Amino acid sequence: MKHALAILLLTIAATPALAAKVYVSNEKGNDVTVIDGDTFEVLGTYPVGNRPRGITISPDGKELYVCASDDDLVRVFDPETMQEIHTLPSGPDPELFVLHPSGNPLYIANEDDNLVTVVDTQTHRMLAEIPVGVEPEGMGVSPDGKVVINTSETTNMAHFIDAETFEIFANVLVDSRPRFAEFNHDGSKLFVSAEIGGTVTVIDPASQEIAKVISFDIPGVLPEAIQPVGVRVTADGKKVFVALGPANRVAVIDGESLEVTDYILVGQRVWQLAFTPDEKHLYTTNGNSNDVTVIDVATNTALRSIPVGQQPWGVVVAPN
Amino acid sequence: MRSTVTAPVLFLVAAGILPAAAQTPDDPQLVRAAVLRVDQPALPPISRLEVAPEDLGFAGARLAIEDNDTTGRFMGQDFDAVEVTATPETASAELDAILAQDIRFVVLLADDATTLALADQAGDRALIFNAAARGDALRGADCRANLIHTAPSHAMLADGLAQFLMWKRWPRWLLVHGSHPEDIALADAYRRAAAKFGAKIVEEREFEDTGGARRTDSGHVQVQQQLPVFTQRAPDYDIMITADEHGVFADWMPYHTWDARLVAGSSGLVPRSWHPALEAWGATQFQNRFEKLNERNIREEDYQAWVALRMVGEAATQTRSADPDTLMQFMLSEDFQVAGFKGQKLTLRDWDHQLRQPILLTTGLVTTSVSPQDQYLHQVTALDTLGTDRPESACKF
Repeated sequence: MKHALAILLLTIAATPALAAKVYVSNEKGNDVTVIDGDTFEVLGTYPVGNRPRGITISPDGKELYVCASDDDLVRVFDPETMQEIHTLPSGPDPELFVLHPSGNPLYIANEDDNLVTVVDTQTHRMLAEIPVGVEPEGMGVSPDGKVVINTSETTNMAHFIDAETFEIFANVLVDSRPRFAEFNHDGSKLFVSAEIGGTVTVIDPASQEIAKVISFDIPGVLPEAIQPVGVRVTADGKKVFVALGPANRVAVIDGESLEVTDYILVGQRVWQLAFTPDEKHLYTTNGNSNDVTVIDVATNTALRSIPVGQQPWGVVVAPN
Repeated sequence: MRSTVTAPVLFLVAAGILPAAAQTPDDPQLVRAAVLRVDQPALPPISRLEVAPEDLGFAGARLAIEDNDTTGRFMGQDFDAVEVTATPETASAELDAILAQDIRFVVLLADDATTLALADQAGDRALIFNAAARGDALRGADCRANLIHTAPSHAMLADGLAQFLMWKRWPRWLLVHGSHPEDIALADAYRRAAAKFGAKIVEEREFEDTGGARRTDSGHVQVQQQLPVFTQRAPDYDIMITADEHGVFADWMPYHTWDARLVAGSSGLVPRSWHPALEAWGATQFQNRFEKLNERNIREEDYQAWVALRMVGEAATQTRSADPDTLMQFMLSEDFQVAGFKGQKLTLRDWDHQLRQPILLTTGLVTTSVSPQDQYLHQVTALDTLGTDRPESACKF
């Protein structure tokens, strides 16, 4: 009996306290909406500081990081209780960040100051400030953790940064206003979205050569409204999802041929995307309709919309 | 296919020992420009909140140079802009002095006539960016091949407002214009916009500039008596359109009309190239950077000067060149585009060298709407529903 209880306790400890909880940062609401990924119910809304934008979670699911842009710091929350645990120095106006695959350090884009700040998530110390182009935003990290990418929106470059020495070793010019950088899971392709250019540039990370520039064409939608922002790639590399901003669509791209295969109608001004850990669902933040759309990844269909707070910006799903 | 720019940046850059593909480390490409502002003697504006700052236009140029230089660090390019103020009498000599320094890009903030005269004076020696003058003739019969307009034209501003008013189904306009030539020209743009979008100008009235004391203690007392009288017995109208380029009367008009009607144009709902309250499309970051650098809110002239120098910077980045002829050629080519925090790329019309751009409709503290309105379609770009389109243009280079 005692034995059985121990096993039961172990099981509880190892499993889903967070069962696919979804965290959405509301830029104008200064809060985070938490959604139950199984029932699609809103579990609660919690204050997180001023102008929350970038949001991510540690690989063990124990720390939720939020860029509080107007507070000039990163706030760290217990994802279970949504109580603030501590803060991290971020440099001014942190917008978006990426965690090293190991969970440490955190690489932060400081939009107003043309810097990428590197912060140790354990010691809470700033490790480096890397000067980059004007209005840094997009942050990506290679699956092996060796290369960090930053995109600068007004300089129109993807900067390749050595994750250990913090030195820029290459710059690739892309189209206007690059917002987001995402590697596929084997690290063979880097996708960089250009919001004003209306394209996604696919870069070979090894040579830093441009492999392809993907454009979009949606019947009945003005070309100017097609503004790619968030990008996510399935673990098998077969599907690439791209949020198209005020086109109110998410594009689906074949990860091999790099051809657009589908457009999914979602809410208004769709910016950021996050998969559930099982990649069954994809969540989109729709900043102008103040909701998130849940997409069924297998069928490329929008399942439902869930109202969240004011101007949802970023989204992350708990890993466990 | 574009190739990679490799740049050993970081601290080398800070030390000024420069990088990048085509250049040797100690040979950054230098791109030089000038900003020339020609100040006309003028009365103070009706509202003290509108007093022009000393660094009007220059402040925007400074931010553009900072932006260009940040990108330039990765490209081995360095940008600078000399700032010159002039009177209408000294403008010509100042332009000569700029050209004598072999500067080939000049951002000009001047009225229509001065802009035209200085563009002719520069001839093929420099590319002039008109960052202030809004007259349609300057883009039409008086257009010049060496003149690029980052300031929107009267026609673009009037069309931007007209589209919104038609969307609101407020098609009956009472047009009140001032007595200066620029007011008459702006009134023409509203007549044209009314015809283009199906509005009806029910009546026109001219508010003559008699040189009265606009800001004395008794100003509002007089105004409160005069304006209702001036606006009474108008045919039924939906909204009053004011055309007042010299700021003589329009700011007084809201709440002083005889009928309870809204006011648009030079006051009330005002069409503009830029507004310091705009937050969409990354504008917040742009406003933050501007305010941090210049310790004030941005004005339209600053935005227009900023766009002009960003165009030069963008051309230098994309062509990897500092050669003025190469940059000019690229800016005027179909491949050119620049991002200006207005939600879509900005490009140049090849028929009159006007920068295509959305028009903000602002009401004091907020951006009320942005034109083009979604309902107005165009075979090339919705932005060409604003202003003079190719078939209508009187411009011949």
